[in-house]
Order: sequence, then C-alpha cells, then structure tokens
Amino acid sequence: MANHEMKINLKVWRQKNASDAGRFEEYAVKANPDMSFLEMFDVLNEQLIEDGKDPVAFDHDCREGICGMCSMFINGRPHGPKQGITTCQLHMRSFKDGDTVVVEPWKAQSFPVIKDLSVDRGAFDRIIAAGGFVSVNTGNAVDANSILIPKDVADEAFAAATCIGCGACVAACKNSSAMLFVSAKVSQMALLPQGQAEREKRVVAMVDQMDNEGFGSCTNTGACSAECPKEISLSNIARMNREYLRAKLVGN
Amino acid sequence: MKVLQFLFTSSIGRKVVMALTGLFLILFLLIHLIGNLQLLKADDGYAFNKYAWFMTTNPLIKTTSYLLYAFILLHAFKGFYLAFTNRKARGGSYGKYNGAANSHWTSRNMAVLGTVILVFIVTHMGDFWWEYKFGEIPWTKYETSVVQDVTTSAPISGAEASGHIRMGSVGDKEVFITKDLYKETVEAFEQPLLVAFYLLAMVMIALHLWHGFASAFQSLGINHPRWNPIIRSLGYGYAVLIPAGFALIPLYVYFLMK
Repeated sequence: MANHEMKINLKVWRQKNASDAGRFEEYAVKANPDMSFLEMFDVLNEQLIEDGKDPVAFDHDCREGICGMCSMFINGRPHGPKQGITTCQLHMRSFKDGDTVVVEPWKAQSFPVIKDLSVDRGAFDRIIAAGGFVSVNTGNAVDANSILIPKDVADEAFAAATCIGCGACVAACKNSSAMLFVSAKVSQMALLPQGQAEREKRVVAMVDQMDNEGFGSCTNTGACSAECPKEISLSNIARMNREYLRAKLVGN
Repeated sequence: MKVLQFLFTSSIGRKVVMALTGLFLILFLLIHLIGNLQLLKADDGYAFNKYAWFMTTNPLIKTTSYLLYAFILLHAFKGFYLAFTNRKARGGSYGKYNGAANSHWTSRNMAVLGTVILVFIVTHMGDFWWEYKFGEIPWTKYETSVVQDVTTSAPISGAEASGHIRMGSVGDKEVFITKDLYKETVEAFEQPLLVAFYLLAMVMIALHLWHGFASAFQSLGINHPRWNPIIRSLGYGYAVLIPAGFALIPLYVYFLMK
C-alpha cells in the first residue's frame, strides 16, 4: 500500500491527576494509514517530548487485542468507530485525511482517572477477588477428560471467558454499569461443573462488590455488548440475573 | 420480609422490581383498552357506563386498582431513583458521546419518556377518575324494555338521581341510573388541545414500551435464542397496537362524533 501521509487533528483529554478538573487540548499529528491508533499516539508523544512538553499518558500493553489495557474513548465510542476490536487493533485507515478525532478516558465514577487517558480499573480486580474464581485444593492436576462437558456448554463458557476486562462495557453504558463484565465472569464458571460448588456464593459476592464499587444499574440498552471487543453476549446478563435470583430466593 | 430485602437494596433486585411492575402495567394497558373500546359503540354509552359501574363497584377490581396505583408509583419513583443513581455512577459527561452507534434511542431515554407518561397519568386521572368520583358530572337514566330489548336513555339531574334505584328492574323495564362517564369523555375529547395531549402521551407510551417490553423479560433472566425473536416481535407489536388503539378513541370522538 502506498504510504500516503495523513494529517489528523486530535482533541485529547489532558488531566494531571484524579483531583484535576481536566480539559481538552488540540494537537495536529502526521500519521499514515497503516499505523495503529496507538502508534499514532506514539508519534504524538515523540513530538511532545521533542517540544519539551508532557507526553499524553495512555494505557497499552500487548498491542494485539488480548490484554484489554488500551482504554481510549474515540469519537464518542470505546475503542473507536469499528466493532469487535480494541484500540490497538484500530488503524488510521479508518479515518480520513484532515479528520478531527476526539479522544477521552473511560468515564465512570468507579474508574477514577490516574492521568490523561489512563484510568484505574481496580474495581474490576476487587469484583474478581470477591468471588470470580474456583477454589481448588493443591495436588496433582486431574486428568482433563475425567469430567465430561458437552461441547456446546464448553463453547458457551469459553465465549464468556474471552472477556478481557477492558471496561469498554462500563465506558459505553450510559449508566456506567459493569453488568456485562460481571455476568461474563459469573457465566464462565456457572456453566462448568468446576464452578458449581461456589455457584450461589459467587454470584451474590460479585454482585454485592459490583454495587459497592458504585457502578450503575443495567437498563438493557445493549450498548455494552455492541461495543465489547470480544462481543460478549447480553444473554450472560440474563444468566447472572437468574443465578442471582436463584441464590437469593432458594439458595443455601 | 427480610427474604425479599434484596429487591430494594441490590442492583439486580431493583431491576426485577422495575420488570415485574412494568409487566403488570403492560397487562393493565390491554385490559384498560378492551374496556375503553366500548366508547366506540353507538349505544349512547350504555355498555361503557355499565362497565364503568362494574369497575368502580366490584370489590376484586377495587382491590386490584389500589395495587395498580401502588405499582405505578413504585415503577415511577424507583425509575427516578435509578435514573438519578445511574447518572451519579457516570460522574459527568463525555465531550463526545455517540450513543446512537450502539443502542436504540428509546432505551437511552426511558426516564424522560416515563416522566411525560407520569404527568399524563396524573392529568388523565384528574380528567376522569377524579371527575367520576368527586366532580360535577352529568347523570343519565337508561331504561331497557325486557320484552323488546330496546334501550332508551335520558339525562336526569343529580338531585333526581339521588335516592332512586341505581340498577334494577321496575315493572318490565331494566333501569340503570348512572353518572355518565361516556358523556364526560365525549365532551372532554371535543377540546383539540386535550386530544393533542392524549395523542402525544400515546406516542410516549409506544416509545416507552418499544424498549420496555422485551427489557422486562431480560431483567427477569428470560433470554433464550428460541424465545428472544418471539418476545421482541411481540413487544414491538404491543408497543404499536395498544397505544394506537387508545389513540383511536379521542380521534374518533373529535373527528367523527361532532
């Protein structure tokens, strides 16, 4: 592909720390269509450093769409205009020469801004710590085939387990609800035999923690699933609702 | 009631309350519409007034109506509370937010639609419920000849009506003396502004149901690939047909009964 140069006008959210009010700042960046969105930000930061300015803080790690770190809210949508991808998988060919692109951090009371585009998603870790695990005694690993699991059930559990905890669901939701994330984590274990022992305790503990973290309530807009880079299904939220009701009404 | 405490303290419990009260109100709309369509009968309101009599005197209906008022208030105020806390959970707004890219407009505006609907319900009850119970409302006397099966109606004054038999037989005639809610309705819908407000409210209800119907099932955990398309289609059909049925009444009165 020819190396067309393109000029992008960026409006980036700059915020020193959690207590700073924050503001948009505008930058012009020369990019090329083959760059990923994060590489374009690398170019911007090189430029800012050369000019003796403070580079933009943004989260990134694997740059191959599986770590869930890159948390940019681009032109009004988490991870930008494409579906089913993270920011690192977004390329500049999705924009036109001369476009103005607005970049903001995830916005949720439960995700305080650390700096600029970087937010603290520790609330998700605390929800997992509350019950998003299976307790196993140490010892030899059990033979993988000793517990039979139907293929379709395994597939459904795996689909839920593909959640990378990026927080796009919270960022997209008008209520900043974390129900898609929590329901994926509840589902992946509720579906499998290994998850049965702690099934009721888990869903109640995780939902309680989610509520305590101050996430909003789900109003079934479906924005979370539509913006999820792993396309986690809304059926997981319905399953979590069932699991929770079952635990509260007839659980031990 | 400790076993049901979670319905008021947890996020999922609150969703369940919204869903169950919502479904009850959805069912009420159907019954309310079936009853009200009797207004379209060209019988000087005989059928409708008999129905109104039944609805206001039957003890089972009366009990259910108090439950209905409670559910309307619960649904509305729980909804306001949720909208408020959900706004707080966001903690400010984005510089640029493209909600249309990922969700339907109705799903993002349930609280606004609900508020207009609540204002409508209050106005609507003031127009008819309050008037029927406490207001100055015309009286009508219906006489049905048992032999010929012909019903005649004549207006009478409230003073004349008091103390007389309200429903029963006199000789070979069935006599029914009632506050004429039919006439009250017809007179109300001769005002163009009121008709316009009722039509606007029906659009709001249609939009509210467009999201609310299927959403209630999801909140209760009812989500299955075999049933989802059916629930969704049923919801869209309900959201259009029920408000359209209600809208027919003021339109019919205003344009065809003058």
